[in-house]
Order: sequence, then structure tokens, then C-alpha cells
Amino acid sequence: MSVERRKFLKMAGLTALGLAGGAPAKVLGQDNAFADTAAEAVVKPIERSGALTAKRWAMVIDVRKCQEAGECTKCFDACHLTHNVPDFDNPKDEVKWIWKESFEHALGDQDHEYLNDAVKHAHMPVLCNHCDDPACVKVCPTGATFKREEDGLVMIDWHRCIGCRYCMAACPYGSRSFNWRDPRPFIEDIQPDFPTRSRGVVEKCTFCDERLARGQLPACVEACEAGALVFGDLEDPESEVRKLLAERFSMRRKPGSGTQPEVYYLL
Amino acid sequence: MIEHALKGDKRYWSWVATLLAVMGIGFFFYLRQYNEGLTVTGLSRDVSWGFYIAQFTFMVGVAASAVMVVLPYYLHNFKEFGKITILGEFVAIGSVVVCMTFIFVDMGQPFRIINVFLYPSPQSMMFWDAVALSGYLVLNFVISHITLGAERKGIAPPKWIKPVIILSIPWAVSIHTVTAFLYAGLAARPFWMTAILAPRFLASAFSAGPALLILVCLLLRKLTKFNVGKEPIQKVAIIVTYALAINIFFVLMEVFTAVYANMPEHLSHFQYLFVGLHGHGNLVPWMWTSTVFGLVALGLLIVPKTRRNETTLVMACILLFISLWIDKGLCLIIAGFVPNPLHYVVEYVPTLPELAISAAVYAMGLLVVTGLYKVALSVRKQL
Repeated sequence: MSVERRKFLKMAGLTALGLAGGAPAKVLGQDNAFADTAAEAVVKPIERSGALTAKRWAMVIDVRKCQEAGECTKCFDACHLTHNVPDFDNPKDEVKWIWKESFEHALGDQDHEYLNDAVKHAHMPVLCNHCDDPACVKVCPTGATFKREEDGLVMIDWHRCIGCRYCMAACPYGSRSFNWRDPRPFIEDIQPDFPTRSRGVVEKCTFCDERLARGQLPACVEACEAGALVFGDLEDPESEVRKLLAERFSMRRKPGSGTQPEVYYLL
Repeated sequence: MIEHALKGDKRYWSWVATLLAVMGIGFFFYLRQYNEGLTVTGLSRDVSWGFYIAQFTFMVGVAASAVMVVLPYYLHNFKEFGKITILGEFVAIGSVVVCMTFIFVDMGQPFRIINVFLYPSPQSMMFWDAVALSGYLVLNFVISHITLGAERKGIAPPKWIKPVIILSIPWAVSIHTVTAFLYAGLAARPFWMTAILAPRFLASAFSAGPALLILVCLLLRKLTKFNVGKEPIQKVAIIVTYALAINIFFVLMEVFTAVYANMPEHLSHFQYLFVGLHGHGNLVPWMWTSTVFGLVALGLLIVPKTRRNETTLVMACILLFISLWIDKGLCLIIAGFVPNPLHYVVEYVPTLPELAISAAVYAMGLLVVTGLYKVALSVRKQL
């Protein structure tokens, strides 16, 4: 998808240049090479200085550390505030990007009667798993939801989404929410640097692509004072996430669904 | 030819007016849904598809079922179906219109639906469903228009239409297969993820669709001079019987696999449907009604005496249509979402706006079929 988008930008850029610069260029007797190089400059990906980049972003959640923090909701609050997630206060219209589930519901297929209390009563944040082979991307009939090849983020184009909700049926993690109604009146404190959504489109966690581009960690990771959320590059053997996965026993949600989730739980 | 649909007696116009009234009420509710969003439906984060998508699924089957009269007539030269083939094709056209409208009213951003064609995504089954359905609509429109037009002029239809008709046969099978693939390809929904879903869809469609056609033919015989004759009805009844028996067999295979294998992820949906789950069982009475109606209909159809008797045949057709509608047009889609992938049981009940909009969509389909039937019967001077 990103390739298509780039192609589009290139075309748009060329068209704009053609309209604006084409006529004078002709008058001056210059050939089109000038316009082409200018267009290349326009479509070059924006290299922000200090942007955080990776080959494969992943998150490791230390359930023990999360437990020690008790009834903490800092990561949820930070995420939902940052991304203008509305609060409808009813489960039917609910939109959520990251929330708390018990072991039984989050990692349910490993639940049993005699599970030790620490795990049984453990609660852990759940969010979009930014799967390596995302079921939602496969089913989307318009390419509105897509996987960014350079770093594995699963994203949604809120201007292309037709609201068919096929992705919600396909997601094995219930990570996607639909805007059943206009969310804007239900956002207490609108953040102007992040878009609000219109009704009728699907949304979910983005791994904070907009913050990564500014060199910031995801909002939930930054907000977690217990250090339970660790974010990093899975393809970098020296990264914190890889070290934690090498040291501790980890689980992923529904490994049997074949989606290769990239959120890992340390128990 | 279409002018025939614009002339009619008082009875015709009062029927049309009734349909328009139902459509008007539904349109009013749709405007509300359009302004407020799909929050006016009973849908939620957990049950994100409901009544609309279930009706779509059921009606794709009715649309596909036209092949059950087209195939014997054109491929086996089964002359007795000569009179009803056009009726089957018109039901198919009306049904596809209904299907497409149900998809439209289910969209969060209905006016962006064109994106499906602007950004074709062949890895998505929904893209193929859109292609298959539009193609099927065009095929049936062309075929019925050409054959009926030739009939009106009293000439044989042009030769090129034959391969088009042949193409429409596998195409009919494909629309319902692709519709089943929409669901059967989802690892997240074990209830649907069964290889037998597409065959089961076809069996239930080839039972419910022709049963509807029998009822329509008998109704037309009562209301008009159109008389399809006793034998074709009986032949269609035999198709209905086999298809229903196969469908029930397929359902039992599904139940066996789920119950005997005892895998919670598969079993829990059947529990929800037949006995209820964690104290939730909205669909239990519906599912049992469907089961009993289906079995009674099968009995009435298998016994030659009750199949030949038109009163009991009509009863059987009505019972099986209700049974299969409950099964596919209600339970199948909803139960796929209950319990949800996080093992929560969240129930869904359609709301009044949802039902009114659905009634309007059906009324629109009926209006299309009424108009087309009016044309066909006027051309044949059988009104």
C-alpha cells in the first residue's frame, strides 16, 4: 500500500508541478528533466531528524511488573487522551485501543482450574498485536487497513475505510473498534495534533506511528511508570525487547490463529 | 417491454402502493441511521455484523437458487420448466438487488463503497463477492431480457445467448460459494471456519429458493391466469426435497464434529444456539423452531402422498422456508460472534430501525420482482 501511496504522491506532485511550473518552463525553453528532479525531491520520504525507526516494531509486556502497580490505568488514559478516543460510557458504542483483561480472557486457551493465583488473577493490557500476518489486512476490501512494510505497523486509512467491519470479524483479538456514532462530542479533551475520526470507520491502536516519527516512544510505554511496557525492534538482537524475550518465558495471544502477533507477554 | 409494469388494475396498484409505503417508512429510518450512525442498530463492538448481513447471506442463496430451474431447462432441455425459468431468473434479479442494498445499508460510510472497485483487493473475499454479485445481476438481466424479448416477438432467441446462459450456471454456484468464503476463511471465528460451509450454503439455498418459487407459482395461479401446471411444481418439489435432506445431513455433520471432538472454541457456539451459554440464550427458541420446522417439512416432502397434495406441499414449503431463514438469516451470522474471541458472551437483538430498514429493503426487492413478473405475464397475455 505504501508503494501505491508513494506513486500517488508522485503523480500528484508531477501534476501540481505541471500545472504550476510547466508553462514557465516551456517559455524558458527548459526540458522536462527539471520538473522530474523537482518531483523526486517532493516525494522523498520525510526523514525527520530523530525519528525512531525499526525493522519490526514489537512490544513486550511484563505482566508481573504490571501487577505490582496495582489498579493502575496510566497507559490506557495516556493512549486514549493522545488519540482522541471517545468515552461513550456504554459497552455498545465503546471504542478502545488498549484496555485491561484477565488471564482467562487475554490468554484464555491456557487457563485452568489450578492455575496459581498470581497468574489467575493477573490483569494485563491488551491492544492491537500488529501481527506479522494480519488477518484484518487480508480481508480488507479496499486496502484501507494495511501493513507498513518498513517497520511492520498495521495501520488504517480513515479516509478510505468504508466501514464494512470485515476486519473486526477477522481479528482474533477483538482489537478493533467501530465508530457507531459521531465520536467528537464524547471526547473530553480534544488533542489538536491528532485527528479525530468520523462515524462509520474502524479504528485501533497504531503503535503511535505519529509519535515514533517525532522520536517519541508510544504514549502507553511512556506513561507506564512501572516499566512494564517495553517497546523496541524485534530484528535488533541488542534491543531491550529481544533481551527480555531471551531471558524470560513469554506468551502470545492465540498463536494458533497463524497471525504471528508482535505483542509478547512475560509471565 | 417495461411499459407493461406501468399499467395495471386496482389490485396491482394497491399492492405497489403498500410496498412503496413500507419502503417509505424504512427510508425514514435509514435517514436516521445515516445521520446518527449505525448506533441506531443493535450492533456492538462484540457483535459487529447482524441482521443486515444475515439477510444478505440468506438472499444470496435465494438468488443462486434460480440455477435449479435454469440448469434442467437449458442444459437438459427439460421442457416442463419452460414457463417457470423466467420466474426463477426474475426472483434472482430481485434477490441480488436486495443483497446489494443490504450491504449498502450495513456500511459505515456507504458513499465510499466505490472504493471496493477503485482499490481492488483480490486477497479480500468481499472484493470477489462484489464482483460475483454484480456479474450475476448483469447475467440474469441480459438473459431474461433477451429470452423474453424473443418470446414477445415470437422468434427464437439469438444464438449468442446460449453460452451466456451456460455461464450463468457456474456463476450462480460461485456467488454463494464466495459468500460462504467470506465467513469460512476467518480463523478468528471457529463457528464459520468449516469446509462444509459453502456446500451447506448451497444445499440450504437450493431448498429454500425453489420452495419460494413453488409458493410464488401457486400464488400466481390464484391471482392470475398464469398456470404453471401440476408436473413442474412436483418436479421442483423433488429438487426441494433432496436439497433439504442434504442440508439437514450437512448440519448434523457439523453438530457431530463439534460435539464429538469437544473443542471448546467450536462447541461453544453450538451450545449458545441450542442450549444457551453462561445464562444467555436469546436464540435458543429460534434454533429449536428452525429444527422442528425443518424436520416436519422434510417428513411432509419425503412421503409421496403429502408431497403430491398441494395443501401439504404448501405447508412444507412455508415451514422449510421459515426454518432455513432462521438458520441462515438469523442464527448463523449472530452465533459466529457469540461468544466473542475473548470468550465473552455479548448478545445482540436487532432494533426497530434495523427491522424497519430491512423490511423496506425486502419491499424494494418485492417491487422489482412484481414489476418484472407483470412484464413477463403481460408479454405472455396471461394476466
